[in-house]
Amino acid sequence: MSPSQPDTGVKTGQHAAEAPALMVRARELRKAYGDFEAVRGIDVDVRPGEAFGFLGPNGAGKSSTMRMIAAVSPPSGGDLRVLGMDPATQGPEIRSRIGVCPQEDTLDNELNVRDNLVVYGRYFGIPRKEVAERADELLSFVQLADRAKAKVEDLSGGMKRRLTIARSLVNRPDLLLLDEPTTGLDPQARHLLWDRLFRLKQQGVTLVLTTHYMDEAEQLCDRLVVMDAGRIVAEGSPLELIREHSTREVAELRFGVGEHGALAEKVADLAERVEVLPDRLLLYTSDGEEALARVHERGLSPVAFLVRRSTLEDVFLRLTGRTLVD
Amino acid sequence: MSDVATTPRRIGRLDLVGRQLDYWVTVYKRTWRGSAVSSFVMPLLYVTAMGVLLGGFIEQDPSTLEGATTYLAFVAPGLVAAHAMQTATGETMWPVMAMIKWSRTYYAMTATPLRPSDIVAAQLLFVTFRVATACGVFLLVLAAFGVFASPGGLLLAWLAQILIGLAFATVFFAFSAILKNESGFAIVYRLVVIPQFLFSGAFFPIGNLPPTLEWLARLTPLWHGVDLTRMLLLGTVDLPLALVHVAYLGALTVLGWWFAASRLTKRLAL
Ligand SMILES: Nc1ncnc2c1ncn2[C@@H]1O[C@H](COP(=O)(O)OP(=O)(O)OP(=O)(O)O)[C@@H](O)[C@H]1O
Ligand SMILES: [Mg+2]
Repeated sequence: MSPSQPDTGVKTGQHAAEAPALMVRARELRKAYGDFEAVRGIDVDVRPGEAFGFLGPNGAGKSSTMRMIAAVSPPSGGDLRVLGMDPATQGPEIRSRIGVCPQEDTLDNELNVRDNLVVYGRYFGIPRKEVAERADELLSFVQLADRAKAKVEDLSGGMKRRLTIARSLVNRPDLLLLDEPTTGLDPQARHLLWDRLFRLKQQGVTLVLTTHYMDEAEQLCDRLVVMDAGRIVAEGSPLELIREHSTREVAELRFGVGEHGALAEKVADLAERVEVLPDRLLLYTSDGEEALARVHERGLSPVAFLVRRSTLEDVFLRLTGRTLVD
Repeated sequence: MSDVATTPRRIGRLDLVGRQLDYWVTVYKRTWRGSAVSSFVMPLLYVTAMGVLLGGFIEQDPSTLEGATTYLAFVAPGLVAAHAMQTATGETMWPVMAMIKWSRTYYAMTATPLRPSDIVAAQLLFVTFRVATACGVFLLVLAAFGVFASPGGLLLAWLAQILIGLAFATVFFAFSAILKNESGFAIVYRLVVIPQFLFSGAFFPIGNLPPTLEWLARLTPLWHGVDLTRMLLLGTVDLPLALVHVAYLGALTVLGWWFAASRLTKRLAL
């Protein structure tokens, strides 16, 4: 699965003045459906070999962006280059070098597992013999070799997802687009997929993925953008984002239902910032244990409490005032 | 940027269409049994019921049968042309909507180098193949009844079925690519397909219709197809009129094809 590497390295020497080649370059990218603008002018740079994430809640515009990058959905405005090419005029050439795992499976239920790969591989002009070999390789790669002759209908959700990923690899893409690759999977299936994606990354495949799981973004992404309502609200590595937009630790306090709003004022001075959620209070501070001790000193006794590190979830809450996973 | 990235080799239309062969072969392997039986049994049923049994009741004055000497000879070409229409429309209504809405196969295809126009081209070739085989069998079964004038006419009539099939398939493909849900098919089937089947000269000379309806019948694609087929099979070719038929069906094919490709492109570009 070593991809035929495109010339995507940073140029040196006499070409140093040239911008380094990018896998995806978007400027002021927009997508409108009728009057509704789903993507409202975003700038994105995806560098060769990195894993880049779009993190955002439902309706943020992640899939709309992914479909534009996949050269199937024409942008309504702005400039977009994928692998240095223009999706509007070089769609087939772009698509022959990318792999796409759409949010909703588009597997062919009438074909068996292996034929799904073979027929799809043929669309890329891969010779029959070779596509047959790749199909077997890929089925092993996603641990579906024993299901080769099974009907797609009979696969579990996680198996279908793995098959979709296998299918997206049949042309040995340089760029892999994964729209919510693990939504709806159980933890075990998710970890298997993550492992496979890590391996692809090690082989030099550039990954672009969307997710609304912060742990997935933290695990998989070198860099990510947080999207909300069609805009990018923050950008950086998971660590940078957490450092920039949140504190080191968070103390979570749970009191009786309906008490959180009133209690927030009583602890406001104990943390840099306090967030009130319907079911708990979040105290943002560099030292969570310390804050917790002070809370108890004041005679407040939460029914439950814990201290944890800040995550992207907190970043998102900070930036948008809303929780990510609803 | 490297040259590889900025000036990749353009992938040609023929190449992109050819890449879909394996898909359509697998579809055909799954469905050919059913269609083979019906394309053999249907003509027998029709010819027996309409040609032999119904024809037996019809007091024929050959001068009213557009050059046919028996009702069987008159109705046989009409049945073939109508069969071409039905095969073509059947393949481009529900199957197209299924690939848009239910199986979403088109979305899998457009994630690859294939464009909607390549998809339309390959599918229309498949429909052409279906019409060619179904009508080929139909014609051979009818030939056994000894109603056709010459082998040459038979061959040309077979080619005419492909043209009739394409004229209907392209237009119906375009229609299916626009339609939001399948209830539209029932309406079109009742208002477009069935009336043409009954009133476009397949079963009786359209001269029997009142003048306005006759004029209307002459505008339908199926009448052009039926008349062309009948001329070729009975050996009564009126060349200028035959060319009009071919031009009409050809124009419909070109327009419908263009329309189908542009509508599917629009439909799939979310
Ligand atoms: N084809 C379409 N026609 C009209 N509106 C659309 C279409 N596709 C998406 N939208 C709208 O655009 C907005 C962004 O949708 P999109 O699917 O890009 O969001 P998302 O970030 O992928 O969300 P999710 O996490 O739910 O997948 C939503 O409000 C959605 O309703
Ligand atoms: Mg989405």
